[in-house]
Amino acid sequence: MYPKIDIMDDFIAARAQMALSLGFHIIFACVGMVMPFLMAFAHWKYLKTNNEVYKGLTKAWSKGVAILFATGAVSGTMLSFELGLLWPGFMKHAGPIFGMPFSLEGTAFFIEAIAIGFFLYGWDKFNKWFHWFCGFLVGLSGLASGIFVVAANAWMNSPSGFDYINGQYVNIDPIKAMFNEAWFPQALHMTVAAFCATGFAVAGVHAYLIMRKKNVEFHTKAFKIAAGFALIGAFGAPLSGDVAAKSVAKRQPIKLAAMEAHFETEKGAPFILGGIPDESKGEVKYAVKIPKVLSFLVSNDFNAEVKGLNDFPRDEWPHVAVVHYSFQIMIFFGVVMICIGSVYLYAFFFRKEWLSKNWLLKTFLFATPFGYIALEAGWTVTEVGRQPWIIYGVMRTIDAVTPMPGIQYSFYFFTAIFVSLSLIIIFLLRRQIKMVPKLYDPTDIQFKTKNKEL
Amino acid sequence: MIYVVIGFLWLSMCLYLILGGADFGAGIVELFTSKKARHKTQEIMYESIAPVWEANHMWLIIAIVILFVGFPEIYTTMSTYLHIPLVLMLLGIIARGTAFTFRHYDAVKDDWQVLYTHIFYYASLLTPFFLGLIAAATVSQSINPDAKTFLDLYIFSWLNWFGVAVGLFTVALCAYLASIFSLRETRDKLDLTLMIKKSKQAMIFVVLTGALVFLTAYLSGIPLVTWVFSKPLGIMAISFATVALVLIFRAMKNRKLLPVRALAGFQVIMILVAATYQHNPDIILLGNGQHLSLLEHIAAPKTISALGWALMLGSLFILPFLFYLMFSFSKLKK
Repeated sequence: MYPKIDIMDDFIAARAQMALSLGFHIIFACVGMVMPFLMAFAHWKYLKTNNEVYKGLTKAWSKGVAILFATGAVSGTMLSFELGLLWPGFMKHAGPIFGMPFSLEGTAFFIEAIAIGFFLYGWDKFNKWFHWFCGFLVGLSGLASGIFVVAANAWMNSPSGFDYINGQYVNIDPIKAMFNEAWFPQALHMTVAAFCATGFAVAGVHAYLIMRKKNVEFHTKAFKIAAGFALIGAFGAPLSGDVAAKSVAKRQPIKLAAMEAHFETEKGAPFILGGIPDESKGEVKYAVKIPKVLSFLVSNDFNAEVKGLNDFPRDEWPHVAVVHYSFQIMIFFGVVMICIGSVYLYAFFFRKEWLSKNWLLKTFLFATPFGYIALEAGWTVTEVGRQPWIIYGVMRTIDAVTPMPGIQYSFYFFTAIFVSLSLIIIFLLRRQIKMVPKLYDPTDIQFKTKNKEL
Repeated sequence: MIYVVIGFLWLSMCLYLILGGADFGAGIVELFTSKKARHKTQEIMYESIAPVWEANHMWLIIAIVILFVGFPEIYTTMSTYLHIPLVLMLLGIIARGTAFTFRHYDAVKDDWQVLYTHIFYYASLLTPFFLGLIAAATVSQSINPDAKTFLDLYIFSWLNWFGVAVGLFTVALCAYLASIFSLRETRDKLDLTLMIKKSKQAMIFVVLTGALVFLTAYLSGIPLVTWVFSKPLGIMAISFATVALVLIFRAMKNRKLLPVRALAGFQVIMILVAATYQHNPDIILLGNGQHLSLLEHIAAPKTISALGWALMLGSLFILPFLFYLMFSFSKLKK
């Protein structure tokens, strides 16, 4: 029809751009969901103890929230457009069915924006508990936004609230679509993971700053709060993950089979750790197989049957290797974080002296990105595992892509934007941290001289 | 219920144009201020943006969500054929939003401020321009799904003189709103005189670009004159806007600043009404003679009713909270 320049396939480019946008947005979305709670916790401590260090910490964190919230807001705006720019075939039919949570998310997000306005500019201007509540509300509405958006994603995995008859979408019921089967397990696991990822990331940064022996009291307080949140996430993740895995096994057996690179249907299926899956031969090399555990995990019965990939038509398989590796990465980092969490917990209750030891701090520093790696890997499992479908079992992703050619340029363009935004944000956060002695830590000599000058 | 949904779509577009537009205008006014007066202008402008700036841009998201949930065909038509200007507008939104935040929240104030500020200026200019261009494309019959070539499908669907003129007009409107809104933020007489001068300049710019819109419409065969002047409501809206202009001059002379603000907002709404009423409820006029209508190309009834309820309940939460935010901060400043 029109000349096509094949540098990169338009379809692949569209998928790459969407993956990049979501992968970028998810980081800010999670920070936006959890960081306000850290901030509100520090604020609450300040209101209870009147310790000025907590006030400084609240202020320092709130600046971080402001920067990351703004970035999350724009990347979210971008996504609301990209859905249509890249996948008009999908949005034309799916919009009215799965749009309900988006309209609720809009409300939650709006409230978040207003609350953040009150919080940032409201120091010493309002009733202190109203001010505190606004900060807490930022977290609450951020959390609600996240849960609503997951409902929309869950619908793509577990389409409901409509009948698909002769290529037509009829009997549409958006409320039923919102309360689809996958929503609860996905939202639960996502929320827990957000706490884990953000907790570890913040704890790691403050661990590093404690090790540098500057503003130790300030950073120790910050580290304690962040580590606490990280622990909730780390220990909650396997529990919520179990709920999620059981739900996947029931709804999308092919996704579960790909996660485990499980080719043949069998009773008493083993849990496959690691290994290199070979799609053409239908086998996994060099894997550790724990007998019967997969069957037990998905149905609480060691001898239950688990469907293998070979039971499904070949053109309905997701990319097995990508899904399998991502799943392994998620589990690996999840287990590492549980170990770190256990050591911290042990130290906290039985060996107080460990808490200020360099090796413990170093471990946390090392673990800074672990939560986010696991989170991104987990989303890769969900999203790549759903392929080749955009609406599981109903619409293929390739039928949803925009007819406009040249999407690869759009992909390069968006990649450039995301890379530069990431660099600027890292730069800004580093500068915030550098200014802690002057702006935020009231016990620091620099803070005192600066305030005297004023 | 469909009327509730359309009402909210209108409300969010109007509020985005007025509040978000004033934010863009702040950057535009700063950009076109001489270097000497720039710092002063920046201070005044900042006063009028923060702390509601973030909330102002939520209206766009609300409008987009209403479109893709309630009017999927309209949303996908726009996002397919207006892909390129939408991406450019997005670039503007991202750059403006982040540069503004970075400018304000960077812990160290050094040369980086210059960079943030420049990004902020040009993004403030770019975004409303493409917003206007996109709006123009929806009614200029330039989108033609039956076209055969890449250029006709994806480039000439939006690239034409009428679109450029409407883009410039939108930029002018934003600058006008920003300078009018900032009048109440000035602290002394000197500032006020400066900003009144700016408001008048912006006003001239609005009138000139407005004339350009009509001229290009006439040259491209778009019956804009008939749309605006063939029905009583269109004529009324235009005369109201004109009367408001006279009243604004009087109020400015008497330094009655609150009415000036309200009148300017009213003017913008009147301009929107005049421009869209005639072909209402058709929202997109396609080149192949088809029209996409807000009453016909809609989602399933259950979706519309759920969306309507969600919007009404949502506004119960949002509006009082938002007004309280605006009220508290205008009180605090005094």
